Amino acid sequence: MSATAQITGLNTYLDAFSRRQQTTQDEPAWLRHLREDAFGHFCDLGFPTTHDEDWRFTSLSALVKENFVSASESPAAVSVQQIAAHRVSDSAARIVFVNGRFSTALSDAQTLPQGVRAGSLADIIASSPASLENHLARYANIRNASFTALNTALFEDGAYVEVERGTILKKPLHVLFVSTAESAAAMVHPRTLLLVGENAELSLVEDHISLGGGAVFTNSVTELVVGAGATVSHHVLERENRNSFHIATLRIQQSRTSTVRAHSVLTGGALVRNNVHPVLAGEGAECLINGLFIGGERQHLDNFMMVEHASPHCASHQYYNGLLGGHSHGVFHGRILVHKDAQKTDAKQTNRNLLLSDDAQIDTKPQLEIYADDVKCTHGATIGQIEENSLFYLRSRGLDEASARQMLLLAFAGECLDRIEDGPVREYMEQSVDAALLGASRYQGGQP
Amino acid sequence: MSLLEIRDLHASVNGNEILKGITLTVNAGEVHSLMGPNGSGKSTLAQVLARRETYEVTSGEVIFNGKDLLEMKPEEAASEGLFMAFQYPIEVPGISNPYFLRAALNAQRKYRGEDPLDAMEFLPLLKEKMKLLEMDERFQSRSVNEGFSGGEKKRNEIVQMAILEPKLAILDETDSGLDIDALKIVSRGVNAMRSADRAMILVTHYQRLLDYIVPDFVHVLAGGRIVKSGGPELAHELEREGYGWIEPALAGAR
Ligand SMILES: Nc1ncnc2c1ncn2[C@@H]1O[C@H](COP(=O)(O)OP(=O)(O)OP(=O)(O)O)[C@@H](O)[C@H]1O
Ligand SMILES: [Mg+2]
Repeated sequence: MSATAQITGLNTYLDAFSRRQQTTQDEPAWLRHLREDAFGHFCDLGFPTTHDEDWRFTSLSALVKENFVSASESPAAVSVQQIAAHRVSDSAARIVFVNGRFSTALSDAQTLPQGVRAGSLADIIASSPASLENHLARYANIRNASFTALNTALFEDGAYVEVERGTILKKPLHVLFVSTAESAAAMVHPRTLLLVGENAELSLVEDHISLGGGAVFTNSVTELVVGAGATVSHHVLERENRNSFHIATLRIQQSRTSTVRAHSVLTGGALVRNNVHPVLAGEGAECLINGLFIGGERQHLDNFMMVEHASPHCASHQYYNGLLGGHSHGVFHGRILVHKDAQKTDAKQTNRNLLLSDDAQIDTKPQLEIYADDVKCTHGATIGQIEENSLFYLRSRGLDEASARQMLLLAFAGECLDRIEDGPVREYMEQSVDAALLGASRYQGGQP
Repeated sequence: MSLLEIRDLHASVNGNEILKGITLTVNAGEVHSLMGPNGSGKSTLAQVLARRETYEVTSGEVIFNGKDLLEMKPEEAASEGLFMAFQYPIEVPGISNPYFLRAALNAQRKYRGEDPLDAMEFLPLLKEKMKLLEMDERFQSRSVNEGFSGGEKKRNEIVQMAILEPKLAILDETDSGLDIDALKIVSRGVNAMRSADRAMILVTHYQRLLDYIVPDFVHVLAGGRIVKSGGPELAHELEREGYGWIEPALAGAR
């Protein structure tokens, strides 16, 4: 990218930050400092380029040259009907954000059980409890990750969930991020903080949709802090419109003997970068990282995994499946970092990909950095196509070609969906996968 | 009118001619056995009839049930009542047996303008057919052929046939890989389906199968042609004498 593009790009954010500073005057001093700090880092870092090893396969030039305005500046009238279909059945609560701002009218969080607090991060900042300062931006990296720095500088709102120790929330929490931009390019930096106490349980869905067709740049950061012995299922569903940029960072901090299942299903967006970064910080922690990305047209879907084993006797299992048609480009970059003390680590990584057209592309790259000597680390990647003999077998029994193809794709996607705990969340995720696969024209074999 | 009428069928794969002029008539109610050395083109013929696109038909015609079979896609041929049991059934991980079979049956029913069966109507049917083939119920919950032994896969093909109730069943070496008991069970299943309005083509290497399912006609395929046809006694003759006589016979034909 040219130097001028880079500079115009940064000007947009400089502007946004000075405006932001005027509206954050009431925020606690520590947070204002944090934001300044973060913005400073962002300016130093700039946007990553393809010369950066971690961004080798993903060019941001289209994002950098766009002049985004803050999404919350555009008036948003979203009706209950417009988001009626986007509801996880039998959820504990649905918390809705429209263009980055919490919507009281669309949310329903009144019925939460004792020991659970869920709502808007901005509201919590106003009351500024100690838990906030202790946790916010303590895990996500503002020093080296420019998108995280940018989010920290600019975020307006996002979900805040606190589950007290020993509290078990059986029903899922549904966090829905809606963007409405129609024409002007808009940006939103959702910030979510999830605090799960010792031996507590939480299941949560982070769901990103767009109602308009405009280009939206979503740069979301979620910090998930999991206490000892706690169990968390975290689900991401990304299905924004085909003009959108979506950069998501999920930073997970796990204490001793905690269990996290982090599931992602990505089907939308023009350019998606999905960063998942668990740190297994306490002994005996376990983490499942399970993902499915479905691309068509000219979508670019980049999955960057960084699994950090910082303590002994921890297990991490990564499974990512990619389904790529049209001219889409998928990336799976799986780094496993095992620290010196993390003996008896059990780390596993599998990335399987199906290319549905000649022009679809996948780059898959495992990266193991192991500083302990007694560990079990395995990784494997496959790239294949729909097999003619499977297709013929199904057709020879009477299924037409489109149905047979659809069935094979669903089976491949099912490998990931089956790892999600049986129940309403899985059904919800399955529905969006079905819908994505039904865009059958995108997945025709041969020439698009 | 005969059910299947193959006239001077030629087919190639990647420019190599494999079927070099097959002519064969099969009437409803008949059982034909197709034998012949390895590589002679038996599976190729079966797959051409099932409309696999890998094989290019270069000349000839095939009329199935009064319609031009060579104009049909695999799913159309299936829905018109043609079933082929694969010599090597394919494993389809991630698709459960009952889900697949019900979808297939309903696709065929839709083609014929019949109402689909819901799961409640379908499961008893599947259960009944699995029982006929003495297949354990645990196979019901498994993915199509995944992790099945060779013999189990063959049995599963016959379960599929029993559910789809084709007009013409082509069984490509369904007997290979079956133990003696399984062979009896499969034969029983196949015999149960013999009827005046259904025809079968059994591709096999062994007389043993034909002891259980006695054919009306036996054909010997060699070098992409039917070089000899006869009654059930021809299979016994082959069992005794092998295929050594074919080369001179072919030379004579040329
Ligand atoms: N897809 C293919 N590509 C290339 N060659 C093929 C293909 N299918 C069949 N052939 C060739 O065509 C010939 C006939 O094969 P076919 O499978 O029909 O034989 P067959 O009579 O069924 O043999 P067997 O008794 O061993 O099952 C063989 O020489 C085989 O190698
Ligand atoms: Mg064969």
